[in-house]
Amino acid sequence: MLSVRDLVSGYGGVPVLRGISLDVGPGEVVAVLGANGVGKTTLNATISGLVRATAGEIVFDGERIDGLAAPQIVRRGLVHVPEGRKIFPNLSVRENLELGSYTRAKPNRARNLERVFETFPRLRERAAQFAGTLSGGEQQMLAIGRGLMGEPKLLILDEPSLGLSPLLVDELFRLIAEIAKGGLAVMLVEQNVVQSLELADRAYVLENGAVTMSGAARDLAANPELEKAYLGM
Amino acid sequence: MMFTPDIVLTATINGLMTGAVYALIALGLTLVYGVLHIINFAHGATLTAAMFGVLVLNQALGIDPYLAILVLTPLFFALGYAVQRLVIGPASHGEDVNILLVTLGLAIIIENALLAIFRSDTRSVDTPYGFSVIEVGNLFLSTPRVIAFFGSIAVAVALWLVLARTDTGKAIRAVAKEKTGAALVGIDVRHVYAVTFGLGAACVAIAACLLMPTFYVNPRVGGAFVLVAFTIVVLGGMGSIAGALVGGLFIGVVESLSGLYLGESLGQIGIFLIFILVLLFRPTGLFGAKA
Repeated sequence: MLSVRDLVSGYGGVPVLRGISLDVGPGEVVAVLGANGVGKTTLNATISGLVRATAGEIVFDGERIDGLAAPQIVRRGLVHVPEGRKIFPNLSVRENLELGSYTRAKPNRARNLERVFETFPRLRERAAQFAGTLSGGEQQMLAIGRGLMGEPKLLILDEPSLGLSPLLVDELFRLIAEIAKGGLAVMLVEQNVVQSLELADRAYVLENGAVTMSGAARDLAANPELEKAYLGM
Repeated sequence: MMFTPDIVLTATINGLMTGAVYALIALGLTLVYGVLHIINFAHGATLTAAMFGVLVLNQALGIDPYLAILVLTPLFFALGYAVQRLVIGPASHGEDVNILLVTLGLAIIIENALLAIFRSDTRSVDTPYGFSVIEVGNLFLSTPRVIAFFGSIAVAVALWLVLARTDTGKAIRAVAKEKTGAALVGIDVRHVYAVTFGLGAACVAIAACLLMPTFYVNPRVGGAFVLVAFTIVVLGGMGSIAGALVGGLFIGVVESLSGLYLGESLGQIGIFLIFILVLLFRPTGLFGAKA
């Protein structure tokens, strides 16, 4: 589904990613773990076309997508729910969701809207409200719901648990597990190691812009090296 | 100074009719500001160009100013789209200050090109209905100005409907506040910028068609309108469509009444007095978001 090979990327000529390779298969939930500043967000931004790769290649659904602009990548079914949510604060919750199907799955808009409201009942209650007035947790649910509206083949979730209370984080991971059960491929990019590994099939650990560990999520969770790598000890 | 109620009422209605056209010009300005976060300094020159467009279509081809709407609206939309996509966008390198300077440069080029072609003479369009009036009770209202009033309101409502109801309108509002989020749902941000610029130009094209039956044109005429329109944009709240409409009508009435009480040549004093008061006491405008 997604195959990243020797990806080099960064900002203003300074590389942040230094040759990353990873894969996400159909229907798979893959966690990408790492502390702050190891390049997780840059990796997502490069895959989704917000940042240009300087070397390496990204193949999605059998087609090279590095070099395409963000809207063209969305159109192919790779949807990125960004860190910081990036919802539209001046639009209503419903309008935010509607724009999730701006380029994809537009004929199914009404049906998908109903599905998102079933998954996130809070969003239905707040459908007419400006998205900017939602709480952090609700905004995160809106961002994920907006991503689902385009019927993605692969959903990249960037730090969905960031800034949420532990209770909300539990709720969120439960919902992500539910979404993944529907057969959608998910790349979950997180700092929250324990819960991400419970959810994921496989995982990669990033350090300093490179993959340092990878494998089945269960094996990684049992690996004492993980803690060391993660905490940088 | 005392005037009969009829005179004051006539002045108020005249003010509303002028104000609606001001609002239409301000709509284009506020829309571009709200989405691209820049003041389009070429807005006045665009209006002047559109007014000359009405003149040329009328004198060369005999096209009525109101029929010219059908020609000039799509034409100016396309021109606005192309100028943003091919000139302003590439020249800005992502810096708002650059966009400001580019639009200022465009204004100078357009005005001087018009000056070179048409000279500085003031011209007007002759229509059979230019001086016709509608009688309402014991008031006499200029027919073309009544048409301009309802035409402007209709355009404002149509624009509002586009922004509120269509996907393109929602995308325009989304890009105004959250560019990255917009790109990630598949919205082509540069296309939306260009569409917005095109809509701004289309607004002044319609305003030009509605103005020409009762107004004159020379290469500098747009400047006066845009100065007032800018006041309206600030009064209504930068980027607010409703604010532009209400602010435009209000400014029109202020201008008309201060003209009545202070004398025709001093009519604009009231406008700029209000401008200063708004900046002092409510800098976010009547409908503006809190900073």
